[in-house]
Amino acid sequence: MTNPTTQTSRPSDVYFFATCVVDQFFPGAGLDAITLLERQGIRVHFPEDQTCCGQPAYSSGFEEEARRVAAHQLTLFPNDWPIVVPSGSCAGMMKHHYPKLFAADPTRKAVAERLSARVYELTQFLVEVLDFQPQDCGGDCKVVLHTSCSARREMGVHLTGRKLLAGLEKVSVVQQDHESECCGFGGTFSVKQPEISGAMVEDKVKALKATGAERVVSADCGCLMNILGHAAWQDQQAGRSEPSLPGEHIASFLLRRTGGEQ
Amino acid sequence: MNARDRILGKLRQHAPQTAKPLPDVGSWYATHRPLEAAAEKARRFRHFIELAHAEVHAVTAANWTETLHAVLKARAIDKLLVAEGTPHGDAALDALPPRGIECSVYDMAIEAWKSEMFNDTPAGLTAARAAIAETGTLILWPNALEPRLMSLVPPVHIVLLDSNKIYNTFFEAMSVEGWKNGLPTNSLLISGPSKTADIQQTLAYGAHGPKELIVLLQEGEA
Amino acid sequence: MSEHTLHFKPAEGFRARSKAVVDNPFLRQSFRGAMDFLMSKRAAQFPDPEELESLRSLGEAIRQYNLAKLPDLLEQLEANLTRNGVKVHWAETPDEANTIILGIIQGHGATKMVKGKSMVSEEIELNHAAEAAGIEALESDMGEYIVQLAGEKPSHIIMPAIHKTKEEIARLFAEKVPGVDYTDNVDALIQIGRNVLRRKFQEAEIGLSGVNFAVAETGTLCLVENEGNGRMCTTAPAIHIAITGIEKIVEKLEHIPPLYSLLTRSATGQNISTYFNMISSPRKPGEKDGPEEVHLVLLDNGRSQAYADEQLRKTLQCIRCGACMNHCPVYTRIGGHAYGTTYPGPIGKIVSPHMLGLDATAGLTTASSLCGACGEVCPVKIPIPELLVRLRNEAFSAPHANPAMRGQGAGHSALQSAIWRGWAAVYGSPALYRAVSWLGSRLRFLVPRRQGGWTSVRTPLQPAPKRLRDLLKDRN
Repeated sequence: MTNPTTQTSRPSDVYFFATCVVDQFFPGAGLDAITLLERQGIRVHFPEDQTCCGQPAYSSGFEEEARRVAAHQLTLFPNDWPIVVPSGSCAGMMKHHYPKLFAADPTRKAVAERLSARVYELTQFLVEVLDFQPQDCGGDCKVVLHTSCSARREMGVHLTGRKLLAGLEKVSVVQQDHESECCGFGGTFSVKQPEISGAMVEDKVKALKATGAERVVSADCGCLMNILGHAAWQDQQAGRSEPSLPGEHIASFLLRRTGGEQ
Repeated sequence: MNARDRILGKLRQHAPQTAKPLPDVGSWYATHRPLEAAAEKARRFRHFIELAHAEVHAVTAANWTETLHAVLKARAIDKLLVAEGTPHGDAALDALPPRGIECSVYDMAIEAWKSEMFNDTPAGLTAARAAIAETGTLILWPNALEPRLMSLVPPVHIVLLDSNKIYNTFFEAMSVEGWKNGLPTNSLLISGPSKTADIQQTLAYGAHGPKELIVLLQEGEA
Repeated sequence: MSEHTLHFKPAEGFRARSKAVVDNPFLRQSFRGAMDFLMSKRAAQFPDPEELESLRSLGEAIRQYNLAKLPDLLEQLEANLTRNGVKVHWAETPDEANTIILGIIQGHGATKMVKGKSMVSEEIELNHAAEAAGIEALESDMGEYIVQLAGEKPSHIIMPAIHKTKEEIARLFAEKVPGVDYTDNVDALIQIGRNVLRRKFQEAEIGLSGVNFAVAETGTLCLVENEGNGRMCTTAPAIHIAITGIEKIVEKLEHIPPLYSLLTRSATGQNISTYFNMISSPRKPGEKDGPEEVHLVLLDNGRSQAYADEQLRKTLQCIRCGACMNHCPVYTRIGGHAYGTTYPGPIGKIVSPHMLGLDATAGLTTASSLCGACGEVCPVKIPIPELLVRLRNEAFSAPHANPAMRGQGAGHSALQSAIWRGWAAVYGSPALYRAVSWLGSRLRFLVPRRQGGWTSVRTPLQPAPKRLRDLLKDRN
């Protein structure tokens, strides 16, 4: 899918839409993403009233409920600044589904369209807008990258995370088998169809481990929750105390590799 | 109201108010499938049909019955079904029997000789109306002289093709020949011997139709 | 719409059936291998992304153009086929279609029918109806022949026996085909099938086939195949009966080359199939073979319901290539039988609700992570994930008047709806969200150790001790 976003100059300010998962479950990833952006000389604004993009309800078929939550987010970004989202699936929701969600409400539709045009997934923003060239200051390290299906197929930004990692001199990025296949998260899918979702994450973790990478990084915390949750469950079953597949958000990894929080 | 009227009624009630624009198929082909010279088309045709497991022999108007004979001999086939009344069928009828190949003809309705067709007809000879380079495909329009089962039931199907009749694409073939103005009872595209991969994705030839497809590619002046 | 008796397994056993496959490492490996094979074959057919995208766009435009004119095209097709001597029949339901077909067969006093591959005949369960009427209905596509011999249904729309190994087929043949010894040599197995079926092609009075495309302007039925059994069924018996869904029509012959190319390349990764069989009339005077009668049965079975809604109409763009199932991580894990519907995989999930009602299929709509792989490969750009979301909407919303679909609201549960309303109340209000998420971080040690399906293979979800908004405050 092509990305109609047009951002030509380097902005001085951006909004940060953390997503509910990052706010509650991966706050460190959110903080690292903000720090990373600030280190590029950008003022990062975190609208205090943000909650959730509405995707859980939307993809579960509860459009009215999704609309109600999405309508609230529409009010949070009054200035014409880019909206950076550390998640491909939430960015995809705001970029591609908000305009459709408010199709019947001309006022909100116009707001949704203006918002949609300003939404960036984090790695996309770093590469396409900031042309971020990370200076690696870490030692040799082997990582594997998992890209979410939304980032890949909805946002079409499956190459930006890879590009950022490729810029790190001492980091080698290995490729897992069936790289483009879904990890099995899919929001409520993981609880409504636990057998199938479980089989998918089992295969995904197996493929990630088979690369021999030290850690998995991803720009989507939904996938990470699923992948790391399964790896930790395996460790628990096997009585291991050290994680057999450590992982983190790509923002945390990038920040640490480029000098930490300083 | 009958089923027809009910179905059409339901569809009419909800059909879009405005028509969609007619897709421009021609311009897609013009952009994506450059027209090639005769030699290149013949080469492409041969490449793809051989890839599909057909055997291709270059022949001339003068020697093709010779090659046909050799093809049959190599397989120890001594009987060939030919289309009497067609130029190629009559040529085979003239050339093969003196050299020990029996030629049977399709001179009555299939009901009268189905068993012989299925059980005692090892090979059939037909012509191709034309061919398609893009996919290595033969175009056959069976007719009263050269009926449909000739290219299907005999385990070996031998086809005579004039290399001047190779089109670049299926689209070009139907456009140039004006097929939309009328198609025969049955028209066929054939792109190799019969095959299947229904058992564990393993390719096997000779599923129900011919086990072998042999093309006599007749080259010569246009 | 009259109700009919179908013998499909109800979709409600879906979770148990998928668990059975998921827990079988051998089947898991076997499906994975087969799907990997088909995916790589397709990829090899589309080396140029621009060509693929422009051809998919053309395919989509052709299907949408023709669907927009569907009622007119059906009449044009009927008129031209009738002029050509083909008899056209219309059926709203599977029962009507079976009645028409059995009527034709019995009208000729026939008892033997050979069948080319037809998913629509599976959809109406013609074999059951024929058997009940004392008519032998023999599948002649090798894969279909194998599953029929095993007393099963196809597990894939293009490769019906993809769930079976050659050893299983070898045992099946040795057991069921008279005079056959065990062999797991694939060529030998195919020869066994060939010999059995060639006898049947000679004997059968009736040949039944599906239709891949029907061309309105010429009155032509097009069949795509590799084996030659489709040609046998449509040429050797005295009567040919074709059956198709009402959506498979194109107005113009020139619409065929792009769709045909998309079909074979997407389905099995072939640049073209072995045979493309265009049938425009029964045997004419003087012709020496071909059926004396050709019939076409046009089946609705819920398609007009999909047609009535602009978004759902896109379901009918499908050309039945099966690429969506080959690329589906769910289908890859569970195979086709688990779905319990004639059409499995992503296309099955969006088309079956129109045929069987959402009451029978509501659960299937949840069997997708919405990963988008199906929509990405669909040769006619059906937005399958978007349609799945729409179907979830139809299934789980409270039943209301004038629904777009039969069975709307069948998956509705007051509890589930209340949960989502509560969720929306929290996430739609910043104050409530702040309070609830703050409580979550404070009471994180109280989260249950068992969290439904999540913790069957994952550690429990636990909120972080501090939310991002807390960390940001601490930092400043």
